[in-house]
Amino acid sequence: MEPLTWTGSLSGLNFIFYIVLLLLVLTIVAQLLFSLVPSGGARAVGADGTLADDQGVSGLINLVISWLFYAIIALVLIYLVGGIILGTGAGIFGGMARQMLPVWIALIITFAVSITYKRKLGLYGKLFDSTVGMIGFGIVMFWVFTGVMGGVFDMLITHDSLSQASGMKNKLPGTPLRGAEEGEYAWYLLGGDNLARDVFSRLIKGSWVVVLIAPLATLFAFMVGITLGLPAGYYSGRLDTILSFLANLILAFPVILLFYLLVTPEIVLTGIPNYMAAVLFVFPVIFFAVLLNSRYYTQPHIRTPLLVVVLGGLLWAYLSLITNDGFIVKNDDVTVYGIPAMIDWIPMPPEILVVFVSVVFVNSPTVFRIVRGLALDIKTRDYVAAAQTRGEGPWYIMLWEILPNARGPLIVDFCLRIGYTTILLGTLGFFGLGLESESPDWGSTINAGRRLLSLYPHAAIAPALSLLSLVLGLNLLADGLREESLRD
Amino acid sequence: MGIFILRRLGVMLLTALCLTFIVFWLTNLYPNLEKLAKNQGNFRMSDEAVTSYLGDRGYLQPMPVKFGQWLGVLPGWVTEREEGKTFGRCFDSDTPVDERPNRCGVLQGDWGTSTVFKDEVGSTVATRLALTGKLMLCVLLLMVPSALIVGVLAGMREGSKLDRSLSTFSIATTATPEYVSGVIFIAVLASSQFGISPILAEWGWIDGKTLFLGSATSAMADANFWNFFLPVLTISLYGMGYIARMTRASMTEVMTAQYIRTARLKGVKFSDIVLKHALRNALIAPFTVIMLQIPWLLNGVVIVETLFNYKGFGWLLVQAASNNDIELLLAVSVVSVVVVLVTQLISDIGYVFLNPRIRIS
Repeated sequence: MEPLTWTGSLSGLNFIFYIVLLLLVLTIVAQLLFSLVPSGGARAVGADGTLADDQGVSGLINLVISWLFYAIIALVLIYLVGGIILGTGAGIFGGMARQMLPVWIALIITFAVSITYKRKLGLYGKLFDSTVGMIGFGIVMFWVFTGVMGGVFDMLITHDSLSQASGMKNKLPGTPLRGAEEGEYAWYLLGGDNLARDVFSRLIKGSWVVVLIAPLATLFAFMVGITLGLPAGYYSGRLDTILSFLANLILAFPVILLFYLLVTPEIVLTGIPNYMAAVLFVFPVIFFAVLLNSRYYTQPHIRTPLLVVVLGGLLWAYLSLITNDGFIVKNDDVTVYGIPAMIDWIPMPPEILVVFVSVVFVNSPTVFRIVRGLALDIKTRDYVAAAQTRGEGPWYIMLWEILPNARGPLIVDFCLRIGYTTILLGTLGFFGLGLESESPDWGSTINAGRRLLSLYPHAAIAPALSLLSLVLGLNLLADGLREESLRD
Repeated sequence: MGIFILRRLGVMLLTALCLTFIVFWLTNLYPNLEKLAKNQGNFRMSDEAVTSYLGDRGYLQPMPVKFGQWLGVLPGWVTEREEGKTFGRCFDSDTPVDERPNRCGVLQGDWGTSTVFKDEVGSTVATRLALTGKLMLCVLLLMVPSALIVGVLAGMREGSKLDRSLSTFSIATTATPEYVSGVIFIAVLASSQFGISPILAEWGWIDGKTLFLGSATSAMADANFWNFFLPVLTISLYGMGYIARMTRASMTEVMTAQYIRTARLKGVKFSDIVLKHALRNALIAPFTVIMLQIPWLLNGVVIVETLFNYKGFGWLLVQAASNNDIELLLAVSVVSVVVVLVTQLISDIGYVFLNPRIRIS
């Protein structure tokens, strides 16, 4: 079989695509240059008192840009739809487009439903009023669907992410699989890596690692940061001094040194990550206990059953999370028993646990500082004084008066921080820390691919671009959310 | 002001002590010591051999004692072998008895010996730090001016097309960690088979095989544009976006101030308003951000030095950490902690000097 080209039978469009792209870039540059030179014509007054003209030459350029932009989108759509119809007939892009078909369908459904009901969906619905936010959300959801479908249900992948095929070592994208059997996918769409594994399938498998760990770790970091930051900001005084000192202490560590100290097999042996997990993961339980208790403690008939159910579930989850094979810590010196393996429903391999813990540990001081700052600001507001006069307890004020009013900046920071956590996970993989070397996650793949970078760049470039797009998507999403929440 | 600086120095000292103790504790855990002994001796050492190796070299003393010896406040350990040889932390068996010092630690100016490089820690760190200093200087020279220009251009007309394009650019750079941009740059600009180098070489536009060199090892002795630009660009790009966004925010705030409106109503030229009226006030906030960004650059330095094989301070950190070279790692962490805390101090003091509205009582 012939190796696939990038666009296959749609190659005729490539020339048009390049031309349109070139024109778009040129007109954007021209537009930027023209925006520096004022010209005659009708002028609009900006919010800050500046004048901007929207007709004349720059108006024409704007028109051209928008048409070229639509043309680019149309061409990309043709490539996509053509790829879905023709499959590998439309080259590597076609093959990938068809392989990703379930993701496209899920994306279209998500967007259609969200846009239809956007007025009823609060801040999430407002996101669909901002183009930047929509683009960011689209990219993020693309990777979320890819991660879930490929990582959990094994749907999108073409080959097993660990199996090696003979003669496929470092092969270029689109190389046909040597001796492909019936029912086996006949190409390595994005080529083979230095161990002759399929880069495309590993990319999709790796997205699941990122999509699973990054948001969860960020969520835990937020729980820790909020539970400690609110009292630090609200009470101030000595508590604040001590907690801030500890936070600054962790922040003064270079992140990579901390990773090298925490995420090594030797440290895993001592059980330190398990103790840290036991401390850090208890914060969500405390958070929800205090949250519900402070709200309902005046109505014991609601409070007691509610707390029993919620805390029971959370404690079970907490114990399952930190227990592994019936033990919380097990080494030569110490053995701490956990819950029996039977009811341990969250499998947490030690190498994932240590990565998870260290990422939460690195992120929580920053969240603490943000929450503390917000609490310091908000506690001077009138509604807090009103609640104090009503005789509400301090935790009620912190969790039900201050926290909801700090949600805007916190949601934005949450999105940004997921991106940052993704970068941290990649850093860990890049230094070969934590996850096993055969793990398909993007950081480890980049690390494996960088040794042959100048000869066979495809094995490292594919995960690098994926990571870039996911973090960019999260940043754009955060930008869109910021814009929309400011408009409230 | 004097008391403020003194207090900050006190907190700094306390932080540095706590941090070094944490590093000391983590590196002195038994599995780490065992790994060290096997690395230094041989990998098939029996458990007894490991214990006697560690015991002889003072590794099995209680943690606070060892820490005190490293600091130089407690006398160093001394081991007497059965055959009559005596050696200790501060001397080896050849040193004459009356020249043997009692204490040797950081307070005495002795940073110990590196087990990986078999050399004095002080001089090793100094040479590597000088190399990284060169890298950082180039990074700051590239990053700060370009970030400020991007930020000021974007912030002078909020919401304009220029603002939108430059803001998108800065978001994109903050979303590109060094190991991603470095990989892309090497593949596109420094590969003899891929990217634009083969095309340029075919057209005869470049002399060598590649546009840039993908490894910066040669830049340690003799840095030039060809072998040093890619690492510098890679670090600068990631830090740039953040500074640019902060500059933009500060610039947009200044541009809506009353005195700018007054200047505009008086008919001052727009370029004069930006350069003479707005710029000075807009640059106060970015100064703090730039100072606080320097510790962040340290992470980038570690990644980039590993990727481009430039044997500076970041590379030293990786070597020390992956071989559990305790005294080297301690020195490395002391240096990085001092960098973090000193930049924080400078940013606080500088902020007070730059902004006359803030006075510390």
